[in-house]
Amino acid sequence: MITSRKISTRAGTINVFEGGEGPDLLFLHAAGGINAESPFLQALAKSYHVRAPQLPGYGDSDDSDNIHDMLEVTLHSFDVLEKLGLNKPILVGHSLGGMIAAEMAAVCPNDVDKLCLIAAAGLWLDAHPVPDIFTLLPREFPEYMFHDVEAGRAMMTSNLNINDPAFLIPFLVNNARQLGMAGKFLFPIPERGLKDRIHRIKAKTVLVWGANDKLFPAPYAHAYKDSIRGSELVIIPEAGHMVPLEKAEATLAAIARLR
Amino acid sequence: MKFTWFNLMPWPHLPDDFRETNRSVWVDIDQALFDPVKCHDVYNDYLDLLEYADQLGFDGVGINEHHQNGYGLMPSPNIMAASLARRTTKAAVVVLGNSIALYNPPLRVAEEFAMLDIMTGGRFVGGFPVGTSMDTNFCYGTIPGLTREKYAEAHELIIRAWTEKKPFAFNGRYTKLRHVNIWPNVLQTPHPPIHIPGGGSVETYDFCVDNTYSYSYLSFSGYLRAKALMDGYWKRVAERGADNSPYRAGFAQTVFVAETDEEAERLYSEHAFYFYNRCLHVYPGFADAPGYRTIKTIQTGALNQYMRPTYTNMTWKDLVDGGHIIAGSPETVRQKFEELIKSLRVGNIFLLMHVGNMPKDLCKYSTKLFAEKVMPHLQDMWPEFADDTRFWCKPLAKRATPAALPAAAPEMVPAK
Repeated sequence: MITSRKISTRAGTINVFEGGEGPDLLFLHAAGGINAESPFLQALAKSYHVRAPQLPGYGDSDDSDNIHDMLEVTLHSFDVLEKLGLNKPILVGHSLGGMIAAEMAAVCPNDVDKLCLIAAAGLWLDAHPVPDIFTLLPREFPEYMFHDVEAGRAMMTSNLNINDPAFLIPFLVNNARQLGMAGKFLFPIPERGLKDRIHRIKAKTVLVWGANDKLFPAPYAHAYKDSIRGSELVIIPEAGHMVPLEKAEATLAAIARLR
Repeated sequence: MKFTWFNLMPWPHLPDDFRETNRSVWVDIDQALFDPVKCHDVYNDYLDLLEYADQLGFDGVGINEHHQNGYGLMPSPNIMAASLARRTTKAAVVVLGNSIALYNPPLRVAEEFAMLDIMTGGRFVGGFPVGTSMDTNFCYGTIPGLTREKYAEAHELIIRAWTEKKPFAFNGRYTKLRHVNIWPNVLQTPHPPIHIPGGGSVETYDFCVDNTYSYSYLSFSGYLRAKALMDGYWKRVAERGADNSPYRAGFAQTVFVAETDEEAERLYSEHAFYFYNRCLHVYPGFADAPGYRTIKTIQTGALNQYMRPTYTNMTWKDLVDGGHIIAGSPETVRQKFEELIKSLRVGNIFLLMHVGNMPKDLCKYSTKLFAEKVMPHLQDMWPEFADDTRFWCKPLAKRATPAALPAAAPEMVPAK
């Protein structure tokens, strides 16, 4: 059972999903956002006391004009953690959320003990330029995000036709709002200097990657592994960038390696 | 009325199958389609045309800024303006404009506009577009969600640099300068008139009213489709308690003039189709980076980028009847412009007279007919606002003239 609550931060009112029992776990969502029905969130709540805040500009969180850059969103995430009264929860982030989680662990290495980065953004390899998600048309998203493109498309559109205005209009409005915020950290190149700070991470770290990630392909997983001392890389077969949705149980098993 | 002869400077050598073989005329257009030797001639022809418009008595000659764009060969319109400053004599040089969020520091725009203002002897009108998403975000990498904030800060810096006549410190988020003191500074007081190209956001309406800037709707889809947007603008102007001078507004219109309506179709249809089919072939993924438009604007038109008019199957008649273009005999064109000027309530017209791959001589033919047989009938459309000088340049009465070039450089003999 996932519930939601509001907390107040400098960036505005933030909506936080919460559920489950067990060790504290803070989950930072990807640029596509998260909702209470997320199968991954439901899965996490079976083993953890999970909190999943929505970034400003996402879902029921306020828009925010005072988040401009990577440092501000990193500090904002610590503010959220503090408001929630959490002390060193397991920190899990997916894609953009992984980039923020890695930044938190690099900026305050003594405050993050357990870290799981799932298909994390934040690094850039000239030999493997990341597709420009900001130019993607709605119909193009599934092929980049999912291993099983058809199943992914159905998941993304709740089985509506992708060109149906009933899907398209809210999708475009949401996309503009959400990616408008995410763009502050991801546009036009999803790299904000983490490579110069990543060596500071002390946390026990598990990296989780879909074997068929078409957004941040395997070399990015290895770049993270090479940059974080003692980190462990778990590659999940038959999964794409949305590995937590496509393979929730396998992702959970990887996170369990932190316990 | 103020008529500005405007040239987008399109690349005239896009292949016939451009649409089929390319995904976009903008941002990632194929380098193989560009030829610098041909561009040498193209630039020369386009500057000739702008100079010709000056000779024919147009109020302004206009240019603008685009990047990585097959229909706009001017990443820096200021370079073209500098050239025009020397070879035009009467027309205002209208730079519409510089995308001020793109310059680091944006003070560069204040400096270059000041230079142009002085070089032209005050024959200068400037513009500050936010810039399209294609230019601003995808070509120049400005973060979409921060574009407007960056624009607002750049605007403040430029206006202060022009108007505060002593050095000051500027502590912005995007620009930090300890000693702002541009030198040379602008000629016109308090600064050159500013026109703001916009696409229908209320924030921009307010910005224009608050700063006494003219709002320009630079659309390619013509005056009939612009009515709702301009009505919205005038409604907002009234709500803000400002006067309704038509010079608060400008509009861009594609136009072709011939001796008869039939001749217009025969002479120009090929070039109109070139422009509307090839030049406007922009990949929709580049049209609107998420965060570039405000949420409020998107909610009212979320599907705009998918619902633009499709020009591929349009006939000449469709283009004319839909008002996308105004074309025909001088009388036909005059009537439609009268309708345009009244229905949109605009005092500034930006005439898109060079269209697509039009050859120079053909463009001159159309231009001359407009200047001689259309424009004189439209110049006094707003007699009650004839004294409104707020939105146009104020040139020096006595301006320097470039010396004639001697046939050969004279031999310099040192004085004994």
